[in-house]
Amino acid sequence: MSASIRKLVTFIEETRSEMGRSIDPPTRRAAAVAVIENPYAGKYVEDLSELMAIGEELGELLTQRAVTALGIPATSIESYGKAAAVGENGEIEHAAAILHPKLGAPVRKILGKGAALIPSSKKRGGLGVALDIPLGHKDAAFVRSHFDGMEVRINDAPRANEILVAIAITNSGRPLARVGGLRKDEIKGEDGLR
Amino acid sequence: MPEVQIRKKFTVIEEIFHDGGPRASIPLRRAAVVAIVRNPFAGAYVLEISAFMDDLKPLGLEMASSLVASLGGDPKVIEGYGKGAIVGAAGELEHGALWHVPGGYAMREILGGAKAIVASTKKVGSPGARLDVPITHINASYVRSHFDAMEVGLADAPRADEILLALVMTTGSRVHARVGGLKASEIKGEDGLR
Repeated sequence: MSASIRKLVTFIEETRSEMGRSIDPPTRRAAAVAVIENPYAGKYVEDLSELMAIGEELGELLTQRAVTALGIPATSIESYGKAAAVGENGEIEHAAAILHPKLGAPVRKILGKGAALIPSSKKRGGLGVALDIPLGHKDAAFVRSHFDGMEVRINDAPRANEILVAIAITNSGRPLARVGGLRKDEIKGEDGLR
Repeated sequence: MPEVQIRKKFTVIEEIFHDGGPRASIPLRRAAVVAIVRNPFAGAYVLEISAFMDDLKPLGLEMASSLVASLGGDPKVIEGYGKGAIVGAAGELEHGALWHVPGGYAMREILGGAKAIVASTKKVGSPGARLDVPITHINASYVRSHFDAMEVGLADAPRADEILLALVMTTGSRVHARVGGLKASEIKGEDGLR
């Protein structure tokens, strides 16, 4: 089963200054989003394996698109996150089936590493619903400078029988990060946490 | 010439395979680029503002070329365009009008002499305001299949003393265009209208 995709949307955000201070090099992040048909819309289905397979397929497709959009080597990506919004005829468990069992493996394969949990969020909503994709450092979840979030929305999605699936990546942490905590140059990278 | 202070640049690229009908053999692509700049006139009524149009010209050109790049790099595939602005709360609508010349002429220059007026819209709004940027054919405003619009906006912009500037380009007609009118193949290309 491969995903029936209506639309692919890529967002690229570049922050060049903040509070009058120059950010050089700019912090850059990208999100790739697919609008797909929900094969289980409108009915309760016990076995969600079709959506798990779709998760694996989209993990590869969306990560590749986001990396291409940032225009840097995949190994230079510093943080990542994922999210899904299910249209009104689906259940939140459909988002879970896409995001959790199989989506992560191709993401990590493309990025070369990724010891940390991929932070995620999910919701059910209507057209234009805002999806806040959480972001965290890919190798050590405790790196405080990289805790962040990226909002994406598509005004005509998800329709009732659709699901919006998103992967976000960055080239850096927050602009002007200064609240302490574990720094990226202190990462041990063994347990995905520190 | 005051320097244009850019806080953020934001790009959205959409690839549309269908909208409920048959899958397009060549998907429609649409892209928007948005820059968040400081409004030098925020907070006061300033009589002479038009010199800022010249200041914005390099930014217009940068945005127009990055739009073409995000749609594959070949200006010849661009068929539709539009522009818009959201002025932050401490500015006036007239500040948004400063974008007509630098935004419009930048796209015409990059596209090699497009003939039609660039469709546009503007408003005053707060962070998170959404703008439906109108789109028409680049050489003949009456081409009905290319009447379209793309919604843009950012959660954290425009702040009160900022202006959100937007340019949009597309690679073709609406994905299932079928309501008649002047066709792209019938363009005379003399007056920018038909």
